[in-house]
Amino acid sequence: MHFEYRVQGGDFVRAGQASSQVKKILKQLNVSPGIIKRVVVALYEGEVNIVAHAFQGKIYVDIETNKIRVVLDDVGPGIPDIEMAMRPGFSTASPIVREMGFGAGMGLPNIKANTDKMKISSVVGVGTRLEFEVALKE
Amino acid sequence: MRVCPTEALRVSGGKAQLISNRCIDCGECYRVCPTHAITVEQDDFSRIFSYKHRIALIPSVMLGQFNDEIPRDEIAQALMNLGFTSIVEVEDSVEYLIGQLNRYIASSSTKPVISSFCPAVVRLIQVKFPSLVENIALVRPPLDLTASYVKANLIEQGIPESEIGIFYVTPCAAKIVAIKRPEGEDKSEIEGVINMDFIYNRILREVKHRVQIGENASFSSELSPRSYTWALTNGEASHIEGRSLAIDGIWNVVEFLEKIENDEISGIDYLELRACDESCAGGILPPGNRFLAAELIRKNAKGVGFWSVQRSMDKVKSYEQKVAGQTSLLPLQPRSMLKLDEDMARAMLKMQRVNRIMCYLPGIDCGVCGAPSCLSLAEDIVQGKGAISHCVFLQKIMEQNKLSPTHSFEIMKRIWGENRFLKDCDKPIRNK
Repeated sequence: MHFEYRVQGGDFVRAGQASSQVKKILKQLNVSPGIIKRVVVALYEGEVNIVAHAFQGKIYVDIETNKIRVVLDDVGPGIPDIEMAMRPGFSTASPIVREMGFGAGMGLPNIKANTDKMKISSVVGVGTRLEFEVALKE
Repeated sequence: MRVCPTEALRVSGGKAQLISNRCIDCGECYRVCPTHAITVEQDDFSRIFSYKHRIALIPSVMLGQFNDEIPRDEIAQALMNLGFTSIVEVEDSVEYLIGQLNRYIASSSTKPVISSFCPAVVRLIQVKFPSLVENIALVRPPLDLTASYVKANLIEQGIPESEIGIFYVTPCAAKIVAIKRPEGEDKSEIEGVINMDFIYNRILREVKHRVQIGENASFSSELSPRSYTWALTNGEASHIEGRSLAIDGIWNVVEFLEKIENDEISGIDYLELRACDESCAGGILPPGNRFLAAELIRKNAKGVGFWSVQRSMDKVKSYEQKVAGQTSLLPLQPRSMLKLDEDMARAMLKMQRVNRIMCYLPGIDCGVCGAPSCLSLAEDIVQGKGAISHCVFLQKIMEQNKLSPTHSFEIMKRIWGENRFLKDCDKPIRNK
């Protein structure tokens, strides 16, 4: 099954809508609570990343019986050094964003920790694509 | 139908039908039912006389129902006149509980810890937020702790357990179910439940007849100020070390649990969540106004005056002797109601069907089909419990080709009952 969600850069008020939707779908599909949690945490982090850094983005979710695959595409500044971005605690978030409780530099490491496969690719000045997969059966 | 936070109500045959495994006993439907068709089961009052020792467990909310011209002792006497041999306040165990809770929270790695106080919230989490079940504090609520303590005391005095009947006066339906079918306990120590509105009438009648206050007429419990206010909003949260929040009202609770489940909120240690607005003062059975009741309870708490640390410590010690080892709940199990099917592949097919059906439904959630929303009708259809022709919008479309107006009228009568289509000038109308 395929689902798509739009994300608006800078709109922190609405950040989390896609994760809420996906969470509801997974509950209906009788996915175990532990796995739902991992997916939702990873997706929420990804969603917030788009809101915090990019102009706009799209989330594509594909659910099969054994796994969920998520692609987060954004139009934005891109990541110059992905290795650095993956380091826990590294953040480029502005003080305003940090004040709102975001931008602790744990986003990408957290996504990695909660997913089975993760891939990130980026072109500076164009945008970033984050892909991850989580197995839906233990 | 639409006030139900778990979409457990459907209209069929002119009546509201309850899907029992979805119901969390919050009582929201009881508040709004125009015909007062929903009642709260209670035990036959005369059952108390099957026991030689008849203990009334009275929540502080009960005392908040009477204006302060009626002294505590008079209420105690009235209860004794009704047949109870001893009167104990539910919140007696709170001083002990606070220590237990703070220890539990400090040692728990799953944060935020969610209070187990409100049984409707516990059930809400089980059916709607299964991943948060592990956050619920496995600490028995004050009602259960106090009951165990009272029982232990009497048994120590040589009274056989079969002669002890503990009866709880409840402000809500959820507590009744929590006693009859407990979660996290094999069996409740409480023998019976009496609804607060029932006992309120009985007490007032006694009081109006000017009860003679006897020598033994008093509560066997003494509450500290913080025990008094435990059942009110912020009653728990304000005594928890670390960051804690108090949220009341079932929809506020649902909204917040969504956020917790998404991991959007961090750094909170404890959540006091109560299904009713103004917590237990706003339960469905207390007859008084919830704001006045809450104010009166706070006033009662202040009226306690100076409460020494020593007194708290004595209470804690006494509880430690009697109920240590009985403070924990057994692990709770999720009972998710949201799944479309046990089997994921079949659930996916059903979801695809739901999505297709949703393309045709109008999305205005009018409820005429007997389901609370278009989405719940679509889910009912997929589960074989509804039909697309129940939708009044689609009926109009179907009437243009094969559905006869007579048949479509029959469908509506099956949902809303014959009588709904007759002239009736006396029907209950809300806000009138």
